[in-house]
Amino acid sequence: MATEKSDYWQGFQAGLPFLLVIAPFGTLFGVLATEAGLNLFETLTFSVVVIAGAAQFVSLQMLQDHVPALIVLASALAVNLRMAMYSAAITPHMGGLPLWKRALSAYFLVDQTYASAALHFEQHPEKTLGQKFAFFMGTMTPICPPWYLFTLIGAWLGEAVPADFGLDFALPIAFLAMIAPALRTGSHVVAALVATLGTLLLAWMPYNLGVLCAAALGMMAGAETERRMAQ
Amino acid sequence: MIDRGDLWLVVIGLGLGSFCLRFLFLGLVGDRPLPAWLTRHLRYTAVAMMPALVAPLVVWPAATGGQTDPVRMIAAAVTLGVGLFSKNVILAILSGAAALVAGGYLLG
Repeated sequence: MATEKSDYWQGFQAGLPFLLVIAPFGTLFGVLATEAGLNLFETLTFSVVVIAGAAQFVSLQMLQDHVPALIVLASALAVNLRMAMYSAAITPHMGGLPLWKRALSAYFLVDQTYASAALHFEQHPEKTLGQKFAFFMGTMTPICPPWYLFTLIGAWLGEAVPADFGLDFALPIAFLAMIAPALRTGSHVVAALVATLGTLLLAWMPYNLGVLCAAALGMMAGAETERRMAQ
Repeated sequence: MIDRGDLWLVVIGLGLGSFCLRFLFLGLVGDRPLPAWLTRHLRYTAVAMMPALVAPLVVWPAATGGQTDPVRMIAAAVTLGVGLFSKNVILAILSGAAALVAGGYLLG
């Protein structure tokens, strides 16, 4: 199985650059969670169980704002809806694996593993199922375990960072930085603008429901713009 | 202080829910194609959800008791601007943080 071993290392190399994103974000989550009063075990469990950066930041922020748990859950799951799209996109490549391997891959299916695996699978359609699985596990290695590790480091650091350090604004800055490169087409820009306007106009709604409604409006606006531009 | 019941409800619910979203097609649907209208909407979840979450935090920050704060607005604009031009997430974060700290000294 020498070939699968080399596929694992190819995947490892493809995933390695994402460490530059994982390390600061994981650390930041650890720091913010500690500031919010979570202990080491709770912070680490959060990252291991959920393993989705943006949704973790969102739910942490909303929990701190004392939004009801079900609304927090709905909002964070809405942030993670894109995972269903990754799942759909990766299925033609990995759908033939045995169930436990599909379940394991699903757990590790995050933005970065999806991005590097999808690119590789499209460039190398000749790879066998076993090779693709090996590549995926290789890609996951420098991305997912470091996410836990840096969360833990952040949680340790968090106890040393003074509470009043402008950290309240770390989340908006991190999100704004992630939004900018995602605005790839006119439809994406329309979706973002409608969502922004909507959330400000609907801020009067209870339980942060305005955020969910605005996001739904933004998605519809983006999808509709795309449909019309395609005609 | 975050209520521990709420915390664990969210952690476990979000963990299970996210896994279901990730497993949905890979595990259950197989390689049957999705309806086009659904994928078209799913494409915009991230770019709609994130601004919807962030915009109120930028315009009415909790740290100032909901008062609009020029320093935070400028830091947000710098982050978005650098992100749009450089397409570099880390550079955008560092620029935004620098703007926040510099603005805090100059205006605060």
